[in-house]
Amino acid sequence: MKQLLTGNEAAAEAAIQAGCRYYYGYPITPQNELINYMAIRMPQVGGTFIQAESEIAAINMVYGSAAAGGRAMTSSSSPGISLKQEAISYLAGSELPCVIVNIQRGGPGLGDISASQADYFQAVKGGGHGDYHLIVLAPSSVQEMADLVYDAFDLADKHRNPVMILGDAQIGQLMEPMEFSKKPREVFPLKDWALTGAEGRKRNVIKSFYPIKGQLEEFNAHLQKKYRTIREHEVRYEAINIHGADIVLVAYGTSARICKEVVKKSHQSEFKVGLIRPITLWPFPEQVIKTMSERVQCILTVEMSAGQMVEDVRLAVEGKCPVHFYGRTGGGVPTSLEIMRKIAEVVPSNLIDKVNRILPLVEVK
Amino acid sequence: MTEKIILAGFGGQGMMLLGKLLAQTAMIEGKYVTFFPSYGTEVRGGTAVYHLIISNEEIFSPLIEIADTLIIMNQPSYQKFKGMLKPEGLLIVNSSMVKVDSSVKSKVYKVPATELASKLGNVLVSNIIILGAYLAIRKLFSADHIMKQLREMLKNKKRELFTTNKQALESGIKVIKSLK
Amino acid sequence: MQSLYKKPKTLIDTPTHFCPGCGHGIVLRLIAEIIDAWNIRGRTIGLAPVGCAVLAYNYLDIDMCEAAHGRPPAVATGIKRVHPDHMVFAYQGDGDLAAIGTAEIIHAANRGENITFIFVNNAVYGMTNGQMAPTTLLGQKTITTPSGREPLNYGHPIRICELLAVLDGSSYLERVSISSPENIRKTKKALEKGFKTQREKKGFSLIEILSPCPIYWRMDANESMRYIDEEMTRTFPLGVVKDWEHKN
Repeated sequence: MKQLLTGNEAAAEAAIQAGCRYYYGYPITPQNELINYMAIRMPQVGGTFIQAESEIAAINMVYGSAAAGGRAMTSSSSPGISLKQEAISYLAGSELPCVIVNIQRGGPGLGDISASQADYFQAVKGGGHGDYHLIVLAPSSVQEMADLVYDAFDLADKHRNPVMILGDAQIGQLMEPMEFSKKPREVFPLKDWALTGAEGRKRNVIKSFYPIKGQLEEFNAHLQKKYRTIREHEVRYEAINIHGADIVLVAYGTSARICKEVVKKSHQSEFKVGLIRPITLWPFPEQVIKTMSERVQCILTVEMSAGQMVEDVRLAVEGKCPVHFYGRTGGGVPTSLEIMRKIAEVVPSNLIDKVNRILPLVEVK
Repeated sequence: MTEKIILAGFGGQGMMLLGKLLAQTAMIEGKYVTFFPSYGTEVRGGTAVYHLIISNEEIFSPLIEIADTLIIMNQPSYQKFKGMLKPEGLLIVNSSMVKVDSSVKSKVYKVPATELASKLGNVLVSNIIILGAYLAIRKLFSADHIMKQLREMLKNKKRELFTTNKQALESGIKVIKSLK
Repeated sequence: MQSLYKKPKTLIDTPTHFCPGCGHGIVLRLIAEIIDAWNIRGRTIGLAPVGCAVLAYNYLDIDMCEAAHGRPPAVATGIKRVHPDHMVFAYQGDGDLAAIGTAEIIHAANRGENITFIFVNNAVYGMTNGQMAPTTLLGQKTITTPSGREPLNYGHPIRICELLAVLDGSSYLERVSISSPENIRKTKKALEKGFKTQREKKGFSLIEILSPCPIYWRMDANESMRYIDEEMTRTFPLGVVKDWEHKN
């Protein structure tokens, strides 16, 4: 049955459906609907809800519940996610599965409370100290928010790795019809490494400290091997009309929704726009971008940032075609007209006439 | 069909409920719908604005650049958002609190929603009066369908509250009908 | 032949990294003795801090968890919510608990978390070469208070038990020391009381243990024990600060 929910509420309920029974949070706009929902819902399913004293405490409670074998989650928005980075590094270093939702807002500093995609680097390049990766999933609709949060718990358990959902103020607060199509999770993978009391077995220790020379390097090699496996198996993306496209847009989340409008409008003309929408930001869908870059004249990356994901697009393209960038910052959301104008600016001269013919199609009327 | 509506008023004037009722009804009738709130930093009294898009086709950006309809409950919202209405668009104002100036060229409906709500004994239903007016003008959904959603949303509240809301909806519809 | 003294089963037979004369070994042994005596090895989960006791999980044969510096109360909360019937304790030093982790310990106490906190106070940061701790005594010389701690610049030693006592959520708070065999016996009793508080679901318990650090106090072992009795206890008086069984 379809329901009208905000992205934040959908994320919360999807976590419950996925068997998350430990939620720890701290209020911050624009993710408040999530913590508010959990405060009501967790007690109904016999779970734990704690409004922690800080984001730092909340993520460390997640660390504890994850170490003890529970499915645990926290959520916040950009400044709060910055506070959590210490523990996120520890979670990665202790290989603890959990889900962290970041409903991004504008920065740096206190910034504002409107939508932004400026935490991309923080999410996919580390954010905390040390060589590690989170699995990063980027929903672009309320439905996808629910689907990805549900999957995030399975991915986290499968790889013993924290997973981040990278949304933004728009996806978090937007209401759209959605439905929970997946069955509530009742059976969970065995966690023989978890802290459950050492009854009848050797003790388990959850730690990330390797003070003896050589051990830490060995452990890092193990982590890198795991990350390679994730890179090979977990890439997700959506590709629309990339075959025969004159230009391909690369965008995720909220930006990708607007790019889709441009793609759709271009159908009505002879100038073809394609779109690659990364769903996993890490692992990044570099192979499909690389292959596509060998066939198109140019690529335009669209983000609500000053240009972050575009660096990964350029790394994937390896100079095979020009990669252009259009971004808005500080709460600005790109419009389809702005994107079309940027396309007109960057396409090779032989395509300009074609582009100019579709510009009127995207004018807002 | 795509209808882009901007709803704005003081925080506390019930724009959220109004928008949600329309969105919920649109969803049940199988339409695409997005409903996006944009809060100010004030919890009460500040401007609360919502972007509601109802369409037969997939909706991409939930943000409205140019609105088909503006529903405005107070003067600050009017000043702030009147420029977003398309030239031949529809403007519905709560005329108890909004004075429309001559700069607006679109079709304007003035509904004294706050006064009518006070007469019904509950100033909080001014939003439902405006909703009634909107339904009578745009005829996107039948009043019955909206009532059904309202009943659902108020099912845990007192019975009188539903009755007052029903009267408010009817009163809004009547205001428009009496103009024709 | 009757054995009067032996290594507790729960204490792993391995050399420790602690300095000569350090108190941590004594406290860890006491914990191991209680786990053995209560036969709760299989239902106990411990937390190690960051600081001198960071490797505590190498010495206790139970399920154990590391926590970031100062965060054991939050991590322990997360563990306890998953295993509410297990014995969960956090072992923390003065930097961990009373400086960087002050917010976490106050709020764990305020929530009345049913967890036992073992707070080893040696008034100095040992692992990082002997800097000032929040509990460093006035006048005490450390690497970062080279002329002795004076309150105008460095503030005052924090009395954690008294600080937590005003919170309605705390149930059992006692300060003990390990300066003599008699005091060590008292410390063991206090630890048992802490575990009892948890077993009977009476909520938050914390045992503050005054413990010697001869290396960074620049003393020999005997002097450091005397320093606890004669100097430390003047700032940190021993005794029960709060007890759910004997409410004033």
